[in-house]
This record gives sequence, C-alpha cells and structure tokens, in this order.
Amino acid sequence: MYSDKVMDHFTHPRNTGEIPNADGVGTVGNPTCGDLMTMYIKVKNKRIEDIKFKTFGCGAAIATSSMTTELAKGKTIDEAMKISRASVAESLGGLPKVKMHCSNLAADALHAAIKDYKEKLEKAKEVKK
Amino acid sequence: MSTNKVMQIYVDHSAGKPVDSRVIGAMSPYFKTSYGNPSSFHKFGQEAKQALETSRVNISKLINAEKPETIIFTSGATESNNLAIKGTAIRNRKKGTKILTSAVEHMSVVNSCKSMMRQGFQTTFSPVDSFGLLDLSKFEENIDDQTKLVSIVYANGEVGTIQPINEISKIVHANDSYLHVDATAACGQIPIDVQKDGIDLMTISCNDLYGPKGVGALYLKDSLRIDPLLHGGGQEHGLRSGTENISSIVGFGKAAQIARIEMNSESNRIVKIRDNLIRGLIDPIPYAFLNGHPVKRLPDNVSVRFNFIEGESILLSLAMSGVFASSGSACAAKTLQPSHVLLAMGLKHEEAHGSLMITLGKQNTQKDADYIKELIPNIIDRLRNMSPLTPKELKK
Repeated sequence: MYSDKVMDHFTHPRNTGEIPNADGVGTVGNPTCGDLMTMYIKVKNKRIEDIKFKTFGCGAAIATSSMTTELAKGKTIDEAMKISRASVAESLGGLPKVKMHCSNLAADALHAAIKDYKEKLEKAKEVKK
Repeated sequence: MSTNKVMQIYVDHSAGKPVDSRVIGAMSPYFKTSYGNPSSFHKFGQEAKQALETSRVNISKLINAEKPETIIFTSGATESNNLAIKGTAIRNRKKGTKILTSAVEHMSVVNSCKSMMRQGFQTTFSPVDSFGLLDLSKFEENIDDQTKLVSIVYANGEVGTIQPINEISKIVHANDSYLHVDATAACGQIPIDVQKDGIDLMTISCNDLYGPKGVGALYLKDSLRIDPLLHGGGQEHGLRSGTENISSIVGFGKAAQIARIEMNSESNRIVKIRDNLIRGLIDPIPYAFLNGHPVKRLPDNVSVRFNFIEGESILLSLAMSGVFASSGSACAAKTLQPSHVLLAMGLKHEEAHGSLMITLGKQNTQKDADYIKELIPNIIDRLRNMSPLTPKELKK
C-alpha cells in the first residue's frame, strides 16, 4: 500500500529526536486523531541549519515527517515555507488517498516551527527596543 | 513493501482463515460433476438437494439445533445479521419497535440496527465494562415491553470477550423478547448449544470454521417466523431466495463436521500459545496492557495495546519481519476512526490507536509466538523513541 520511498523513510527515518535549544518548535495534530508531530529547527543566517522531529502516528505520518526534515534542511526559511503537503507527498512517490491527511501535518509542523522562530525573533527585537 | 521471504507468520485469523484441504476436497465434485440445481426434479438436482441437506445436518449438530431445518443458508455473517435483525424487527413491528443491542457489536449489526432506526425503530446500545463484558444490570434497565428484539455478540472477534449468553437469554425471555446472537467469531472455537443457551436466532460464518468465504447461516428457532430480505423462488423456506451456493454449502457442512470433532483439542492447544504470547508481550514491556477479559476469552485472541505509539506503525514493522496482524487503530482502518469496541470499553482514543490484534489459527505454533515475542519489544522501543508522547524515563 505504501511506496518504497515511504517504507524507506518509515524504516530509516532521518532526523528523529529533539533539538534542546531549538530556535523554533512547532507541534500540530492531536493524539486523539492518531497523529501528533513536533518539529524542532535551528536557524543560522536565515537558513535551517538543523531540523529534528518527533512523531506519534502511522507509517505515513512518520515517513512524511522524515521527508519534510530532509527537504527543509539547508533551505532558507522562505524556501522552507514553500514546502507543502503536496510536495512532501510527491517526494515520497505518492501516498494512499486516505493518508493525505497525515502528510498535511508534517509540512504544517514545519511551518509552525518557522512561525514560532519568527515570533521569537520579533519578541527579541521588541525587548532590545 | 519489502518482506522477509522466508518467514511468513499469519496471525490475522479473525479477518480471514485458510480453507481446510479436507473442505476443498469435499467441495470439488460440486463444481464440475454434481452441478445441478437443488430445485430441479432430476438426478442432478436431487444430488445437489441431498448435499444441501447433509450440510444442514452437519451445521445443526455443531450447535445442537433441534432440527436441521432451523439452518438457513446465506452469503455470510453480514447477511445473516441483516436478516436476523431486519427480519425479526419488521415481523414484530406491531408488538414493539425497540431493538436492544450492545456497544461492542460488529458493524453489520450496528448498521442493520441503524437502518431500522431510519424506519422508525429505536435502538439502544447497552454499555459494557472495561473487559468488554455486557453490564447486565444496565442491560436489564434497558429492556422493556416495547423491546421485541435483542441482538448480542457471543464473543467479540476484536478483543475476544465472551458474553454470558445464558444469563442474557434469561433476561430476554423473561421480557418476552427474541434473542439473536452473532456467533461469527465464537462458533467453531467454543462449544455452543443453542438450546441450552436459549438462543432464538444465531449467525454463523463459514470462513471462521476454515471453510470458504461468501457463505454463512442463520439458525432460526423452529417456531419462529421472520421476514425475508431477498424475495424470489422461495428457497430456504422462503427466507432466502436464490439458487443455493452448493459447493460452498458443502464446504460449510464439511467444515462444521471437522469443527465439531476437532474443536476441543485445537482450542486447548491454541489457548496455551495465546496465554504464553499475552504474558510475553505484556510482562517485559512497560505501559503494555491486555484488551478484553483475561479468562472469558476466545482461544485465538491476543489483543494488546502499547501506550504512546500508533497501531499501524506496529503492523508495518511486523509485516517487514514477516508477521501479518491487525489493529484497532484508525490509521489502519478505512473509516479513520479507532475501533468502537475499544472505545466502548472505556479506552481513550490515543490508547485505542496503540492496539495490536493477533488472532491465532490452526497453522500457528509456539515457535510463531516466540518469534513475535522476540520482535515486539524492539519495535515498541523504536516507535516510542520517535514519539512525542513517550515519557522521558522510557526513552533509550
């Protein structure tokens, strides 16, 4: 039911874990629905220098999390904002229709982490003023 | 999906079973040699008719029915449940329009009751306790003089809990209602006596007896009258029109005969493997629990859950090591809803998501259980390490 690429990312997920002093953290989903993801990003010169994830969910949820981190790593935050559920699914060689909901979450978690990073940046600026 | 070529351990028997080779042997003449229609007058027809009646006898013996004629052949458990519920409800509409069932029924019971609700009937889904056992005092409160039909599962195929059918029957009959029992998962695993148990209608599945899919039966107590779902040539005493699926019915009869003879020894064998596997999965792993009742339990059923992770991920990991099982998780289902059975037992959604359902069968051995016991802890650790829900002390 899953592509080889999905199975590869499920079996050998890239960038799992937490980043202790992350610049941005984004959590989306709900354990009630069966999917919960947290993305941690470390940003340097507006580039995502490091990214890690934690996921509770099905095979697709884990694989899309892994693929999202791989796509985002090294990209500028503006480029990373362009990573979408569709591009993640496409990079994985497609997802079963019922699983497209899960793949939404990984890109959303990345966007949430970037948003968190930007908000923290704004707050830091305000403090300086 | 890349799977280990050598190792293939199938432990999803409540979903589908292989057909016993003796059953296939019994069926084969009815495809090319004895292909007559039992309604035909001639030799070919009479041959088929005789095969049909022999199967009826074998199935009636398995459940100790009073007469072979109480067995109505259908296309499977789903049709039997539909026929029992709709046929009894409609037939007794003038006497009462309430249906009483439980919160742990198969979807063919749930949705048959819901379809009757759209026809003006009321349905009450009586609650169960944390083991999945029907709460008898609430059940008694829920039954009243408008309740003409009660439908209760003999044993739930997902969590294995066996209901106290005898006690339920007493309550139902004291209320002058009819009792339909869905014995799909139970029949062939535990001894069932429809007369002693006080059952008025009972659903039986053929595949669950290691016979072919696409055939089942409804036991209908001798004096009972219900309305048919299918109208036509009046086969099966007018209750199920359509030319009988003779080859499958012959297989059904053979499967029932084998089950009657071999059930006890097979169940005793499998219970040992079941209990060993349950202990082996729960004891070494923290936050691992058994679903269902520890003792009032179907011999084949190992239903467990692991907190902080999701069932489909467990299934995928198992499948990669050649083990094929099931889960009550939403992510492994078409509906994207976790099992209503697990939720009815009081589990939270996230707990139900972490369930793993193993149902053992004739070809499984203790070796298979040992292999699964060896695999599971690593799978659980790996997934828990990835999960944001896992408490810190569990991380490795």
